[in-house]
Amino acid sequence: MATARLMGSSIKRREDPRFITGKGNYTDDLKLPGMTYAAFVRSEHANARIRGIDTARARAHPGVVAIFTGKDMTGVNSLPCGWLLPELKVPQHPPLATEAARCVGDPVAIVIAESQTAALDAADLVKVDWDVLPSVTSTARAATPGAPQIHEVAPNNIAFKFQIGDAAETDAAFTKADVVVKKRIVNQRLVANAMEPRACVARYEDATGDLTLWVTSQNPHVHRLLMTAFVLGIPEHKVRVIAPDVGGGFGSKIFLYNEETVCSWATRQIKRPIRWTSDRREAFQTDAQGRDHVTDAEVALSKDGTMLGLRVKTTANLGAYLSTFAPAVPTFLYATLLNGVYAFGAIHAEVTGVFTNTTPVDAYRGAGRPEAAYLLERMVDACAAALKMDPAELRKKNFIPKFDNGYQTKVALMYDSGNYGPCFDTLLQMLDYKKFRADQAAARAQGRLLGVGFSTYIEACSIAPSKVVGALGAQAGLWESGKVRVHPTGKVTVFTGSHSHGQGHETTFAQLAADQLGIPMDDVDIVHGDTGIVPFGMGTYGSRSASVGGTAILMSINKIKEKGKRIAAHLLEASPGDMDYANGQFFVKGSPEKAVPFGTVALVAYVPHNFPEGVEPGLEETSFYDPSNFCFPFGAHACVVEVDPDTGHVKILRYLAVDDVGNVINPMIVDGMVHGGIAQGVGQALWEGAVYDDTSGQLITGSMMDYALPKADGLPMYETARTVTPTPVNPLGIKGAGETGTIASTPAVVNAVVDALSGLGVDHFEAMPLTPERVWKAVQAATSGK
Amino acid sequence: MYPAQFDYHTPGTVKEALDLLGKYKDDAKLLAGGHSLLPAMKFRLARPAHLVDLRKVPGLAGIKEEGGSLVIGAMTTHWAVESSPLVKAKCPVLAQTAAQIGDPMVRNMGTIGGSLSHADPAADYPATIIALNAEMVVEGPKGKRTIKVDDFFKSLMTTAVGPDEILTEVRVPVCGANVGCAYMKFPHPASRFAVVGVAAALTVEGGKVSKASIGITGAGTKAVRAKGVEAALLGKALDAATIQAAAEKAPDGVDVQADLQGSVEYKTHLLKVFAKRAIEAAAKK
Ligand SMILES: Cc1cc2nc3c(=O)[nH]c(=O)nc-3n(C[C@H](O)[C@H](O)[C@H](O)COP(=O)(O)OP(=O)(O)OC[C@H]3O[C@@H](n4cnc5c(N)ncnc54)[C@H](O)[C@@H]3O)c2cc1C
Repeated sequence: MATARLMGSSIKRREDPRFITGKGNYTDDLKLPGMTYAAFVRSEHANARIRGIDTARARAHPGVVAIFTGKDMTGVNSLPCGWLLPELKVPQHPPLATEAARCVGDPVAIVIAESQTAALDAADLVKVDWDVLPSVTSTARAATPGAPQIHEVAPNNIAFKFQIGDAAETDAAFTKADVVVKKRIVNQRLVANAMEPRACVARYEDATGDLTLWVTSQNPHVHRLLMTAFVLGIPEHKVRVIAPDVGGGFGSKIFLYNEETVCSWATRQIKRPIRWTSDRREAFQTDAQGRDHVTDAEVALSKDGTMLGLRVKTTANLGAYLSTFAPAVPTFLYATLLNGVYAFGAIHAEVTGVFTNTTPVDAYRGAGRPEAAYLLERMVDACAAALKMDPAELRKKNFIPKFDNGYQTKVALMYDSGNYGPCFDTLLQMLDYKKFRADQAAARAQGRLLGVGFSTYIEACSIAPSKVVGALGAQAGLWESGKVRVHPTGKVTVFTGSHSHGQGHETTFAQLAADQLGIPMDDVDIVHGDTGIVPFGMGTYGSRSASVGGTAILMSINKIKEKGKRIAAHLLEASPGDMDYANGQFFVKGSPEKAVPFGTVALVAYVPHNFPEGVEPGLEETSFYDPSNFCFPFGAHACVVEVDPDTGHVKILRYLAVDDVGNVINPMIVDGMVHGGIAQGVGQALWEGAVYDDTSGQLITGSMMDYALPKADGLPMYETARTVTPTPVNPLGIKGAGETGTIASTPAVVNAVVDALSGLGVDHFEAMPLTPERVWKAVQAATSGK
Repeated sequence: MYPAQFDYHTPGTVKEALDLLGKYKDDAKLLAGGHSLLPAMKFRLARPAHLVDLRKVPGLAGIKEEGGSLVIGAMTTHWAVESSPLVKAKCPVLAQTAAQIGDPMVRNMGTIGGSLSHADPAADYPATIIALNAEMVVEGPKGKRTIKVDDFFKSLMTTAVGPDEILTEVRVPVCGANVGCAYMKFPHPASRFAVVGVAAALTVEGGKVSKASIGITGAGTKAVRAKGVEAALLGKALDAATIQAAAEKAPDGVDVQADLQGSVEYKTHLLKVFAKRAIEAAAKK
């Protein structure tokens, strides 16, 4: 009974009452005796040598406790890069810049004071003697001759050159082609903008030598490992990292940053706790940013629309330093996804990673996969236009046919299961495609510009098989841990190595555990985000929590059930092999009246007076799950827009999404993920974009007044549906739903705008966001024959 | 983001506030709704040593009708203007303009006096205030004076209000029965400030425009009167050709500035589009 109720039902999120009544426990809420407050002195230049730092006036400021510069941090190493591609150029990334600053916001000193305001006031008094050098922020210009050189180890600012696919096969495909469609596609840089800014509290306890770090992290164990083993050289077991309530991450809180590293070092010097909370301006300048590709793409087609080959040359901007997982994003999370849902005959992709004087770029919701989906879906529409084919027909013609267990792509990945046609057909029905085309024609006759855009996508998520990622350069395994502790009263605490910063783990994992155990959900609590109490875990990103973390929990529950069966069999004087478990009862197969409730078994496990021989007391199990493959959610989205020809303003009239994320634990939460993801992707298509001045290197869109995030009034009510193709990769059949909306929506919107303007002769936009001015200029250029 | 240190004063009368301005001079800043000043202070772009808060001064907020004008106290919030039955009845375009400022939080805090004194080149009120031919009443050490709107906006974020003066009232002539007014803006996607905003007040007598008053905000360094548009409308019937021809004049005299929201070419074009829309909307009323 309980089983049928919990899995797949839209149970309200149990964490929400505390969040929406302001009772969350965020890092910045923490109050500790003797707390001090940190402010960072940052570079206001994009590229400048440090001639000297004068801290005298700042030290004299009332309330200042200590000031440290990079020179003070002797014996501290560079922040590490956790994904080493072959021949990757890894520049030094000191927690406090010592020789030079490479981007605006690069920290050069920490000021620690008795109050936040004293720290900020004193930081203003630190004078850095800068030798300002020319800088480069443009992706396209970074590796061109004459560009300012950023790191000695990386000539021409090139961090790596990567390729994947078969060049010869691809060349052959292009030779055979009837039609070749070529476009430049720029995927602009985005700022993650989690609602809660990054923050940390570092406390060193002199008496025990223990260091506790509270930090806004998506993966506290990874934070601890990187910081202790690679940077500070303090023993891992003397450090506890706690990620309490965290208000959003979108990837930006995966990485080990300068600030928490410096605070963790500094608390050991001053022997007092230190708190640092980023302000929004610092967040804009220093949180790892996303995307930033410039790509030249070509598709080879036969006359009938068969996609023979794809050739891609991408330059990916990595920013000033290599952030923790930066090299993986434009390579193994991007180029490997270029097969999409299409049966390409051949693919070859080259990616060049470049350094620039900008904030480092790393994984941002979708991470590589949105870039791949955008490129493919834009190209498919451009191909349809070139062939004068219907974009829906061209897609359907080239979909990979249904498969249940394995499809080998041209770019290394082996898809798990997929059935793309029905998903797309469902979308066309919801849209009433034929009717839309009729409406569009009627509107055009009145001078109104309506358009529809499609996007189909594939995502590689539930990251990832450790062996595979290890072979690809990851310096970590990507399994997950799950521990289930049954208390003597039959109540259950689940410890997960993944981390919730908005995803709703406390609800979904409780649903999963209660469902599996057949006990009330109120009897299950979820604990995460504390290296002191949770087994080593890899954390949350890449839509992996439910599929990888959930499976680890399931494995522990299965172990609990097995042990419980032995205890129950003993109590019933039956054989363990004859026992079964359902609805919270251990019972003898075929004789459900011979049963012991879960709670009784739990109690007996801890009061083992009458206990089976050779069984340990207690009821607690830990599991580590390493997936055998990625999972590959897929879907089809459509967007309907109207463009105002006078202003270029784009209004979204409808947005439709059909996603297949495998089995679903909580549909409401998955819907929420899809909705938020769509908004983020629409944001990239229409509004968002980090703009740097290529001369001064300043981030021009450095505040909420300049950087336009999606707002409710720019978005329609979403029309969503799902198909369900369970993955064979994990026993839950769950693929992952965290990033699908972001991946799918950007191309759907841009394709819709292009479709709206197609009658005027517009067939492409090189750059996003599609600001009114860009759209208006495209209309002007097309209509004036420019 | 925390501002630099400052002292905070809460005068109980305009006179006390003026005395504080006189005493601290350039080190003092008046605080109204704080929704322009405080963000600048948090960025530490503004670092006044003394804040003189006008919120405890009685009588500075409120709306009344007096001698054919609406008299709006400087400390009247955008929300109070937007929701005032008096404004909606006597000068609906002003309520319409207030309603388009920022978001509800901004409108609940920001004030008409603060907005006009700050003279942000992308603020909404200035266009409407110009179109309505308002007058600003200021008080200083030498007493009260009245400034006509055409003399009010001097240059980028600079008005005719002296550093030792306080804007106390805005006087807006009540719109007559034969006056049609509208404000149309193209909002900035992030801040909602006006990338371009045009307000039109048209008096139509005997089928012809007998008075045209057009204010423009957003595109340039300050809000201006669109004299070319006004001249092109005067004495004409409001047909499509007249409106189009008049709207074409909107960019005349605007020192259009390029920024991330638009090139000079694009904003020049938008000025024409929104002038047309504002005139059309005003003509319908
Ligand atoms: C997120 C956001 C969005 C916004 N969007 C818009 C928008 O779409 N359109 C728009 O027009 N505005 C917008 N604003 C600005 C808002 O309307 C401000 O409230 C307004 O510009 C200033 O009014 P205030 O009362 O807050 O003044 P304050 O910020 O308190 O003061 C502004 C300046 O005026 C001076 N001052 C204030 N009162 C007086 C007085 N009586 N006499 C002399 N000097 C005085 C102050 O000393 C200060 O220099 C936005 C603001 C924010 C924060």
